[in-house]
Amino acid sequence: MTKQVRQLDRVVIRFAGDSGDGMQLTGDRFTSETAQLGNDISTLPNFPAEIRAPAGTLPGVSSFQVHFADFDILTPGDAPNVLVAMNPAALKANLRDLPGGADIIVNTDEFTTRNLTKVGYTANPLEDGSLDGYAVHPVGLTSMTVRALADLDVSKKDAERAKNMFALGLLSWMYSRPYESTITFLERKFAARPELVAANIAAFKAGWNFGETTEDFAVRYEVKPAKMSPGNYRNVTGNTALALGVVAARVRSGRPVVLGAYPITPASDILHELSKHKRFDVTTVQAEDEIAAIGVALGASYGGALGVTSTSGPGVALKGETISLAVALELPLIIIDVQRAGPSTGMPTKTEQADLNMALFGRHGEAPVAVIAPKSPSDCFYAVLDAARIALTYRTPVILLSDGYIANGSEPWLLPEIADLPDLSVEFATEPNGPAGEFLPYLRDPKTLARPWAIPGTPGLEHRIGGLEKADKTGDISYDPANHDLMVRTRAARIEAIEVPDIEVEDPDGDARVLVLGWGSTYGPIGAACRALRQRGCAIAQAHLRHLSPMPRNLGEVLKRYDKVVIPEMNLGQLAHVIRARHLIDVIGYNQVRGLPFTAAELETMLEEVVKNV
Amino acid sequence: MSESVSIKLTTKDFKSDQEVRWCPGCGDYAILAAVQSFMPELGIPRERIVFISGIGCSSRFPYYMNTYGMHSIHGRAPAIATGLSVSRPDLSVWVVTGDGDALSIGGNHLIHALRRNVNLKILLFNNKIYGLTKGQYSPTSEVGKITKSTPVGSTDSPFNPISLALGAEASFVARTIDSDRKHLQSVLRAASQHQGSAFIEIYQNCNIFNDGAFDVLKEPATRDDFLIRLEHGKPITFGADGEWCVVHPPGGFGLSVERTAETDQAHVLVHDATVADPAYAFALSRLPDLDLRHTPIGLFRSVDRPAYDNLVREQVTAAQSKLTRGLDEEFAALLGSGDTWTIL
Ligand code: SF4
Repeated sequence: MTKQVRQLDRVVIRFAGDSGDGMQLTGDRFTSETAQLGNDISTLPNFPAEIRAPAGTLPGVSSFQVHFADFDILTPGDAPNVLVAMNPAALKANLRDLPGGADIIVNTDEFTTRNLTKVGYTANPLEDGSLDGYAVHPVGLTSMTVRALADLDVSKKDAERAKNMFALGLLSWMYSRPYESTITFLERKFAARPELVAANIAAFKAGWNFGETTEDFAVRYEVKPAKMSPGNYRNVTGNTALALGVVAARVRSGRPVVLGAYPITPASDILHELSKHKRFDVTTVQAEDEIAAIGVALGASYGGALGVTSTSGPGVALKGETISLAVALELPLIIIDVQRAGPSTGMPTKTEQADLNMALFGRHGEAPVAVIAPKSPSDCFYAVLDAARIALTYRTPVILLSDGYIANGSEPWLLPEIADLPDLSVEFATEPNGPAGEFLPYLRDPKTLARPWAIPGTPGLEHRIGGLEKADKTGDISYDPANHDLMVRTRAARIEAIEVPDIEVEDPDGDARVLVLGWGSTYGPIGAACRALRQRGCAIAQAHLRHLSPMPRNLGEVLKRYDKVVIPEMNLGQLAHVIRARHLIDVIGYNQVRGLPFTAAELETMLEEVVKNV
Repeated sequence: MSESVSIKLTTKDFKSDQEVRWCPGCGDYAILAAVQSFMPELGIPRERIVFISGIGCSSRFPYYMNTYGMHSIHGRAPAIATGLSVSRPDLSVWVVTGDGDALSIGGNHLIHALRRNVNLKILLFNNKIYGLTKGQYSPTSEVGKITKSTPVGSTDSPFNPISLALGAEASFVARTIDSDRKHLQSVLRAASQHQGSAFIEIYQNCNIFNDGAFDVLKEPATRDDFLIRLEHGKPITFGADGEWCVVHPPGGFGLSVERTAETDQAHVLVHDATVADPAYAFALSRLPDLDLRHTPIGLFRSVDRPAYDNLVREQVTAAQSKLTRGLDEEFAALLGSGDTWTIL
């Protein structure tokens, strides 16, 4: 049967099921196939905090959203065009996000009275007309998978578990995805159990063939490749990009890396990834607690390595005292904070940007550090390299603020040429620097204000450092009032001396009167909202802060050019507070703390109101 | 661990130019002098020796050593030293800490350093009091202790640092006393030859806030009956004329002290610090009474166990040895691994 093929410019698909249904894997594979095709992609996984929440319940629903298009896109998409619901819980948990007319593919085998009751359905939504506004495709995913595998030597349980591959096969057919990489993937993943390779491939093909033969799916879709810069690409999540950035910092600085980390959601993947890269002289220490983790990193930096610690907000809170010590010792150190919803344990798997205040101010005493925030998954790579540049050049702790949204979300990444990455090589002190042939550990470079990095093992430069206030130049313990004042101001000046690029403004029309200023992971939704507004003839300027400490020198001048400045943040206005205080302008805050990224649509509506009223 | 090289250094070489600022009469002076005069024996150049401390009176120690040193933050020295040792196997890393620093605020780091068996020499100055903060009871203070924060007596049970270290799987555990330089240096010597963590508890007199805490172990009138000097391979006897001995009574778990004259020689315990089962050293650590009677000093335990930092370095070195190309190329290959695609 020949099917009609329809061209689309973009599609958003959400795979949703029980946390044991393999939705993350399904989404990952679909993404990979889509990447092979050359579409631009953005993905957003959403999983429960519990590893195995009770089966079939609303808290147990896990989902993976993928947005792909024939043009460059900035977000995983606000609303899915297609929902794959593996059970009633997945349908119920995701239905409210669907626009009318969306396709819903449901696994009818799971719509039993028992499963329906479990999530509070009194009637079967597939039968009671409540889904009339959608294009519902009822498919017996489980039973068809089991039938397709009847001749194979697998248990009923294993056969049922392959239903996600049936779904993937069906969707791959629907959107004309190339599937060779999935076949190879399955062969690799189940290499030790050939019967599972056969079962999963058979399930995938059964799904594909089902699409081709059934009349329920009359149309097949195509999304043409996006126009992207030539080169080699891979899909990358923020956490992987962070880990690869740390390896890049090691390669480009020549310094070994020591990562101290304690397991914590959503940052543990950085530890997992880096533990695989020992051949680069990257050492990982899974420490006994968060404090030890940063202690290990700082001890390694003292010895001449690049010390890194990765964690989330609760971990940064525990590390505060050691960050202060690093401020006093003036040693390089990178603290990666993959922010999650707080306070306290909060919602570990949900995103938030509410650690900015802690990063900027969360230490005792005057303890300024550099703070940097990546704007997208692949940007995490470059943000770490920039953090390493600052840490190594200025001998300071740098806090990098990622968040759960970009940590787990992914996008295509044009792989860089290694030689094009910044040169991060550093020089250690090897000779005495004092006028009388002595070594002065706190004599500063006049430009960077950095002190010499004299590592143990260097003959003739034996010296002692510590958390007690130090005398200028000599580093001896000092309680002198004037010296303390000088050292406090010098430490602040050292952060202000850090070179950061000017902030750039995107204002294609050139006549915008409203500027929307963001930082970190909100870049995508803000950018998408601005584009949509401009397409409708509404002028708006966008600027995004990567450097939160120090801030770009031209920021004040940029802000004053606009009648109104809007700052959307996934917190209650932390950047807005800083901007008001520093620049004495009354910014408009737009704040949400729902554990979810902004949608482009809500930002568009909000910004349009502001633009209309200037 | 550092291999020795033949260099000639003297005690003076290890004295820094900083004025020592402990209270006059503090036991820390004696320990500092003992360490400084022991250091040349190590045969390690000064620049390869690092002292890392936490917070407390004892933690001022690094300032007075003309080596590399870091006076860090309260309790965290073992963690910081672990990071240094794991990345710099060429260094000899020493941790100086106190009873509050190591056993209270930094308890977690201490036990984990010991369990991992990191190449660190850990000197715990135990004065059974908080000195720097002017006299609160510490985790080794006895129950009932009257201090500024316990005006009617402490209700906390103290830690026994040796028992704690043994429970944390320490491979080298020793105790010595500030005033006995010869003994202190003999313990330092044994520690310096040990692979992995060497834990040394040093009884240290705080003459300001807890003066005389260890006098019974030092005064000629009492010390012979109170102090048990452990010597590897020798029967454990003590007293002015060896009139006391330590035995393992049949049927019991612990050890007890008996009159040597009334004990069959074959039953007197012969000290062996290399016994694999830590239960023996643990039993020794439980001998003292509350009044310090029957306090063993010397080496409780010294066993071979792989050091954490050595194992970590071995994994890194093994991975490095498999490299067949430069790091740039290897990294480019890493970036391009997995599913990639090309846009022309
Ligand atoms: S307070 Fe006690 S321990 Fe501290 S320096 Fe004075 S005597 Fe020594």
